[in-house]
Amino acid sequence: MSSTHRRVRGIAGALIAGAMLVGASACANAEPTSAGLADAGPEGVDDGSTLTLWTRAPLEKQAKLLVEAYNDSHENQVELTVVPNDDYVAKVGAAAGSGGLPDLFAADIVYVPNWVEQGLFQDISAQIDGLDFKDEINEGHLSAGTLDGKEHVLPFVLDLSMLFWNKELAAEAGLDAEAGPANLEEYAEWAKAIQGLNKPDTYGTATGLNCGGCLVFTWFPSIWADGEEVLSEDGAESLLNSDTAKAVYDTWNDLWESGAVLPSSRDEAGPTWTAAFTEGKVGLMFYPATLLSSTPFDVGVSGIPGPEGGASTFVGGDGLGISKDSKKAAQAWNFLNWMMSEEAQVEVLAQNNDVVSRADLASNEYSEKDPRLVTINEVAGNGDTPVAINFQQAFNAPNSPWLTLVRNAVLEGSDTVDADNDEITAVLSQ
Amino acid sequence: MTATLTPVAPGRPTDAGRSRGSGRRRRSALTGWLYATPTAVFVLLLFVLPLLLVLQMSASDWPLLGGNRGLNLPANYTDAVSNRFFADSVAFTVKYTVLTTVILLALSLGLAMLVQESSRWKGLLRTAFLIPSALGLASASLLFYVLYSPIAGPFAELMASWGFTFLGTPDGALWSTIFLIVWRYAGFYMLLMLVGLQGIPEDVYEAARIDGASRWQTFTGVTLPLLRPTLALTTVLCVTGSLLAFEQFYILTKGGPDNSTITIVQLIYSVAFQGPNDLGVAGALSVIVLLALVVINIAQIRAFNRKAED
Repeated sequence: MSSTHRRVRGIAGALIAGAMLVGASACANAEPTSAGLADAGPEGVDDGSTLTLWTRAPLEKQAKLLVEAYNDSHENQVELTVVPNDDYVAKVGAAAGSGGLPDLFAADIVYVPNWVEQGLFQDISAQIDGLDFKDEINEGHLSAGTLDGKEHVLPFVLDLSMLFWNKELAAEAGLDAEAGPANLEEYAEWAKAIQGLNKPDTYGTATGLNCGGCLVFTWFPSIWADGEEVLSEDGAESLLNSDTAKAVYDTWNDLWESGAVLPSSRDEAGPTWTAAFTEGKVGLMFYPATLLSSTPFDVGVSGIPGPEGGASTFVGGDGLGISKDSKKAAQAWNFLNWMMSEEAQVEVLAQNNDVVSRADLASNEYSEKDPRLVTINEVAGNGDTPVAINFQQAFNAPNSPWLTLVRNAVLEGSDTVDADNDEITAVLSQ
Repeated sequence: MTATLTPVAPGRPTDAGRSRGSGRRRRSALTGWLYATPTAVFVLLLFVLPLLLVLQMSASDWPLLGGNRGLNLPANYTDAVSNRFFADSVAFTVKYTVLTTVILLALSLGLAMLVQESSRWKGLLRTAFLIPSALGLASASLLFYVLYSPIAGPFAELMASWGFTFLGTPDGALWSTIFLIVWRYAGFYMLLMLVGLQGIPEDVYEAARIDGASRWQTFTGVTLPLLRPTLALTTVLCVTGSLLAFEQFYILTKGGPDNSTITIVQLIYSVAFQGPNDLGVAGALSVIVLLALVVINIAQIRAFNRKAED
């Protein structure tokens, strides 16, 4: 019996921890959030304050670089906390309830619309409007954080999905390793050709078929590349049963049936979905551009093609904003303002082969050395970021209806796309 | 008042004596309360208050990020019950509980008898069976996650050549998890069974031997009936623990593949933190689970008591 109590208490405790914090927040909300922002000035305040910043583990490398560079050149000091990906929402939720959010925190860009609506971020429209390069800032990220015409977040780290191919394997299979596949059909041909090499432990392509986030990140662009949409304007209806979308599922179903897909892709829930490509065991795949710098062999890079060709990308990554609980908004703005500067974008991000979030800096002294970076930066401008309030539940959650749709269509080859798509709409429109 | 009563009852102790007595009683009652206070405070803070908060939560519109937004009473419970995974998760949890309980109890009883009988390897065997219990369930789950991994695990090549993965099919995932749980808990239940077995007096066995009972007859006629209190305890523990299964599935399968291994507690977690982010509905689910557990445990204890009376 004591075990019963302990377990029940455990669950209750977990829920309650959040609850008690939420109760306390009623008071926190009533106080003025900050005296800072109004008189922050265009540059913010750099007076030696200590700022706190939270981000999730996949962006640790970029976040560390930015924070170190800022701390070295400013009076203010930023303390970075990196949270495991799966725990991030729960941690932010508990802190939001208790009024304990850090000064700055990053949010997966697909969650930003929901979090802005819940009032977790401060309105920084006046400051952003004051930036003379405002029109050059990545539009997808900026609009995800815009509610009723007010802007709340700036792009922190851009993570783009791109088509990567292993040049050595492509050349071995007699493919044009410099050009890359032009459309999804050629993509499938490439995968089968590389699979046809029959090299041990080497596969044509790979993906994460049990990872809703990976599939959103890598398959939506194929639909956009053909000029189709995945969601309705208001994010309440799913359009993932269009003919283009079905063509994408069919291509992958064909690839899966032909055995050209890494077998462990079937159960891949995310943690290791890029590992096989990075180890050189996969011919080509839709892959996050942030990993370009850590891919140890020669790769070709292009935008993600659709069934008819074209190129698009999912402009993912994290937006960064000032939390509702921050008492140092003016100092926090100083970090944000610096983060958007040429110094941070070029000398920190670009220098480390990361994507810049300003179009006017897409071509810079570092990217010129590597034409692949120019490609990535240019495709970023044509990319898209879907906006929906219930995005997490519909797509990223382990039990999301989107995973059901993909697994039915690709692994089972069943004809249930329309019905499964209705289920996505049902979740989106809640 | 008391002074006027004294002459009426001369045989009773004096006022002074009585008041000294009640004072002593009061003092000892006070001491009793003092002894009980630490536990009472803990129970109040860590059990009663959270329970009340869950009850309040289950009755409120309470988004994870938004905080309490007032009463939402029948809606939370209807939403909880009509969640598209509710029925599946209840069915799966019950299936998992039955399988785990039967396998675990049978195996641990077998192990206990083995360990009791064999004298030469007794120490080694007991230690070997018990060691997995020293590992936390989450750590054990992570260990098995790597063992079962088709990429990093030691059986990766074997799985590739068989075209099979441990966690890739609904049945595979269920049995792989049950294997982990049996490995982790068999030693613990063996220990409980061993205590029960050693509580059975030797002369009962001797009497059975004199009457010419076979091994099987001794087992069903002597061991099992006399082990009933232990069996009751282990069944209640195992059933409750399995109904509340979470860590192993959260780490190993995350409810997959294809939503086939969602337990009821996992459903609560996902409603609270992975998508809907609705603490109100999660609270309602918790209350439903709590009520179900109370009913199930009362039923189990009654059933074992009734058998004992027969």
